[in-house]
Amino acid sequence: MSRVMQSLSEDSPYVPRWAEISRIEDLTENEKLFAMRLLNGVPLCQMPGQFIELSVMGIGEAPISVSSAPRDDASFELAIRRTGNLTTAVHGLRVGDRVGIRGPFGNHFPVEEGKGKDLLFVAGGIGLVPLRSFIHFVLEHRWQYGEVTILFGARNPSERLFVDELENWRLRKDIKYLDTVDRADPSWKGNEGVITTLFQELKINPQKTFCIVVGPPVMYRFVILEAKALGLSDGQIFLSLERRMKCGIGKCGHCQMNHIYVCQDGPVFTYEEIFDVEEAL
Amino acid sequence: MDLRIISKPDHDSFVQNLILNFHVEGVKRKGGSFLYDMIRTPQELSLDFDCTLIPPKKYFFPPKETLLRFTTAPSMKVTPVIEETPFILFGVHPYDIKAIKQMDQVFSRGVPDPHYLKRREAALLIGVYPTRIAPRAFWADMDADMVSEGFDLMLTDIEESFAVEIGSEKGEALLSRYGKTRQATAAEHQEMVIMQTVISELCKENGLNFPKNEIPGLLENANDNPIWEEKASKCLSCGTCIMVCPTCYCFDVWDDVALDLSHGERLRRWDGCLLQDFAKVASGENFRERKTSRYRHRFFKKGLYLFRVLDDIACVGCGRCSTGCLPDIADPADVFNRLHGDTGKERG
Repeated sequence: MSRVMQSLSEDSPYVPRWAEISRIEDLTENEKLFAMRLLNGVPLCQMPGQFIELSVMGIGEAPISVSSAPRDDASFELAIRRTGNLTTAVHGLRVGDRVGIRGPFGNHFPVEEGKGKDLLFVAGGIGLVPLRSFIHFVLEHRWQYGEVTILFGARNPSERLFVDELENWRLRKDIKYLDTVDRADPSWKGNEGVITTLFQELKINPQKTFCIVVGPPVMYRFVILEAKALGLSDGQIFLSLERRMKCGIGKCGHCQMNHIYVCQDGPVFTYEEIFDVEEAL
Repeated sequence: MDLRIISKPDHDSFVQNLILNFHVEGVKRKGGSFLYDMIRTPQELSLDFDCTLIPPKKYFFPPKETLLRFTTAPSMKVTPVIEETPFILFGVHPYDIKAIKQMDQVFSRGVPDPHYLKRREAALLIGVYPTRIAPRAFWADMDADMVSEGFDLMLTDIEESFAVEIGSEKGEALLSRYGKTRQATAAEHQEMVIMQTVISELCKENGLNFPKNEIPGLLENANDNPIWEEKASKCLSCGTCIMVCPTCYCFDVWDDVALDLSHGERLRRWDGCLLQDFAKVASGENFRERKTSRYRHRFFKKGLYLFRVLDDIACVGCGRCSTGCLPDIADPADVFNRLHGDTGKERG
């Protein structure tokens, strides 16, 4: 909590800091990557898996996962799908425009507990966005982690994000990368089928593997079954949940899921923590 | 504790003095109802109310408030708006004092919310024990019939006069400066206790059929109880129960901007879990799409989730939700009694 407090204005926790957009990259038809820099020069200090509240003054605020690994400088990256009012407005911004940032908020992926463990990343669609921050962190500290496997599934080839990075991961010898699309098109030569089909090729050591899953709500149920079939216990399966995190500080009630405030206690949970929580999955 | 006595005529003078020197908000009669509003004469203050339409939370957590003012041109600038104008809130029943205490916990735990807390600190709170009971009230069963803290002064009507309990130094200073009082006798002290106890006992005639500390346990096993479906099928998703609830604190935030986009405000307003889009995210996914799950969530939040956080049930038994609910499905006492397996006592 004190970490959150430090990042917030003393006058009001609803006052944002300013960041300037330094680069914009089209990822797909609906997703753009925004490289940003906090104007006060202070690093964002986020942990992989945390989110921020992004503001365009006059439009509003929305929770967005940070897509870059923690950095020493004030730069960071957000990959944003155009969906609602705020994200549509953000998509209209240009390099040099300023946005408001509050946070980082929430807990994070098992960065420390995962050290020495084998990691199995499972990303569905834009679930890759939050997961990318942890994957980057792991690749930057590769020697601290065991076997690394990344599974990525998209609905179709045109919805694949970060394609250059994906190809780079495919070529790396120190990780295993597999991907699939639900529906192929003539341009696609790879696997076709839902993400769970990739599990058939997997050989993992269930004793020392953490499985980290981020994707659309419908994906979790099926991926969890596959992970358990591999021999993973509920405590070895990590999920990041999407909810309407409006205030980020456990007040407004929108993200509440039973006794859990997703913006505070999550967004990352082990399956063990939420398997019996009504409305969680 | 030092107990003071103020005669009814002296009480009117006390109120008059407060009006002359402070901004006073208190309970007024309007038609057949009671509400909190600005008090301009002692006669306007109606301390014989049963329950107000809207709880006093509106003074600390207004239905709509500005959090920030911003300019976007010529430069980006944001200024938080923190209200801290001192005022006196006159006439708060014990159940509402208890509810305010819970709101204080919610807005101060973790990251404190100065927009709420500064208003709260600026208020001087004068409570009063009820002399009448709203038809749907069951505050005595929720242990919200007596309070020993959370007020600056606390009045009990003992017919010819008021017994005044002192809750703070500020309250004591206010009373000694603006009111003519004397020390209470042992008999008057006892009379106060009797008045408070009698009304409590009367309130207990209509409410929970079992001790309230069983509520969290009942809910733990009630996820699939048919009552949620049955009650929610009549729910209009209008949100009245939330708006009149003294312990509901959920809010929505939005921007209001000038036509030339040069400046604007970021505001918040009451929001609540019974409303259809409360848990809906931008992609269209609604995590509590069904009325039944929203209805159930409200009771679980009051009786179980917040209990785990506040160590108390977030219902004080004021009866406002039951009174306001058009299809009459909101009554917590009825829901909790049903979960307890009792069908006996008819409520309402």
